[in-house]
Amino acid sequence: MDFVQTITLPALGSHLLVGLSRAMILFVVTSGMSFVLGVLRVPNVAHGSLYMIGAFAAFSISNLFGGGSTGFWLALILSPFVVALVSLIAERSLFCHLYEREHLMLLLFTFALMLILGDLVKLVWGADYRSIMAPEYFRGSVTLFDAPFPRYNLFLLGMGPLVAVGLWLFSNKTKIGKIARAAAVDREMVGAIGINVSWVFAFAFVLGCFLAGLGGALVAPTVSITIGMDHDIIMEAFLIVTIGGLGNMWGAMVGSLIFGITQSFGILFLPQFAIVFPYLAVVIILIWRPTGMLKSVW
Amino acid sequence: MSKGIFSLKSFGPAAIVIALVILPSIIPRFYIYILAVIFVTALLAMSLNMVVGHGGMFQFHHGAFYGVGAYTVALMLTKTSLPMWVGFVAAPFVAAFVGLLIGLFCVRLSRLYFGMLQIALGSLIWAIAFRWYSFTGGDDGIHGIPLPSLISSTTGAYYFGLILLIISLIVIYLIFKSPFGATLQAIRDNPERCEAIGINVRRHQLIAIVIATFFAGIAGVLFVVVEGSVFPDLLFWVFSLEIFVMCLLGGWFTFAGPILGAAIMISLRTFVGIYTEYWTLILGIMLILLIFFLPEGVWGYLAEKFGFQRKKLLEKERQ
Repeated sequence: MDFVQTITLPALGSHLLVGLSRAMILFVVTSGMSFVLGVLRVPNVAHGSLYMIGAFAAFSISNLFGGGSTGFWLALILSPFVVALVSLIAERSLFCHLYEREHLMLLLFTFALMLILGDLVKLVWGADYRSIMAPEYFRGSVTLFDAPFPRYNLFLLGMGPLVAVGLWLFSNKTKIGKIARAAAVDREMVGAIGINVSWVFAFAFVLGCFLAGLGGALVAPTVSITIGMDHDIIMEAFLIVTIGGLGNMWGAMVGSLIFGITQSFGILFLPQFAIVFPYLAVVIILIWRPTGMLKSVW
Repeated sequence: MSKGIFSLKSFGPAAIVIALVILPSIIPRFYIYILAVIFVTALLAMSLNMVVGHGGMFQFHHGAFYGVGAYTVALMLTKTSLPMWVGFVAAPFVAAFVGLLIGLFCVRLSRLYFGMLQIALGSLIWAIAFRWYSFTGGDDGIHGIPLPSLISSTTGAYYFGLILLIISLIVIYLIFKSPFGATLQAIRDNPERCEAIGINVRRHQLIAIVIATFFAGIAGVLFVVVEGSVFPDLLFWVFSLEIFVMCLLGGWFTFAGPILGAAIMISLRTFVGIYTEYWTLILGIMLILLIFFLPEGVWGYLAEKFGFQRKKLLEKERQ
């Protein structure tokens, strides 16, 4: 438990940047989870598995098109759709029949889905470590705060806000987005004015899972893709949406920032216990504001 | 009819206990071990069901208390020179104390937030146990824990587990049937009305959590006795959800359901695990079948079908 690094201003700055880029990945994943939570009011435990599928799909698609720049971009665009398809099948075949049941059953269903998808990934892709390369222009690093900062992380820093704005525009400016938000508040009323609530829910679920897949595809070049990714991310995602305020997209953003930054500062201050810091932050926030930082849509 | 129920009710458990006492002299050692694991898990599932089934609270991270109990024994036996029994006695109390601390924060919150906060706090414990190599052994855990010679053999552990399980079950049953248990179930069914008639809902819930975590601590002690080791997976949230599934599988509105659920899960895992490495796939499919076809659990289904529980009588009374 010794301080291995001298803590200087540039070190703080570069860790802040690392934390921010981690937060952007977390945000892309948790915004989807938050959206599902907001509309369906179910914490989707399988969200992490879909994120993992997104990463594996990115690997396969990238390989299919021979890696390189084309492979990377196609993987980034197509793998969220693969994940969306998987979730659509699960939703229409099984999940949609449970909407009338109590919430715990919905939650346990998503847990079952997590167990099944986890093993299916093992069946399809095996237990090996996989990795994909970012295109030429995203490799290497630039110098920021006297420290090397990976170029790809700059790309991530751009993607996070892009997804945030996109999701905001979608849920506030489009008709289907407005319907989804209305269904979140009062599903009976939405049903009463002649909208098929079941399909609205299906749409919200698939959109949330699409974002999980996008997060997986985005994270793929920076990590080794392997089974077990789902367990790590889902825990973090759960806690982020909780401290942010259930169902609140900007809450997911705030939560992701807190989580990512405490994690990277943890590495700076006390490397051995780096994973403890975010949990500690979560505990403090929940004791201080039990229902999260921002207003929950519930 | 009520006489038939009565005789069946007292005869059944007694026969099972006698069978379990005789069994180790007949069956091979491997099965003795599996039964001992079932005892541990059954006690854990029963303790969880006190909060989830009887109390209606979303106790999502029950494994944390189980792990705290197990780690307490393991650390006391390996790191201190105190007499061995001190560790065994201390573990449930430490688990209950952690339960009290976490419960204090959790009972303030509504259902899902309750579960989420508990996952956060439980994961904090997991993260510490997972990382503190010099104290908890990190992700390797602690192995080769010295146990008293009386209970270090498989058969010894089996009988120790059986005795503790029976005592615990009797105590849990008495609590279940006590006015406190009845109040708890009333809170589960309608918290607002209970509040209105002057029941301190939060205090009852907190007491239930403390009692349940105490028994989870006992289950943790038993785990150390049976396995002789501890590792951070005990504290991991996936395991906690598996205990949850055991309660559902057995039937959480029944008293003995979780025991059945634990027995089914452990047996399936053991014997399916021999043939395939895709155990979680099978567990997932099983859970989906359960949600769609047996929402009351196996025991609940049997009880409804054959009417050997009070549920039918109650329904008749209502009509």
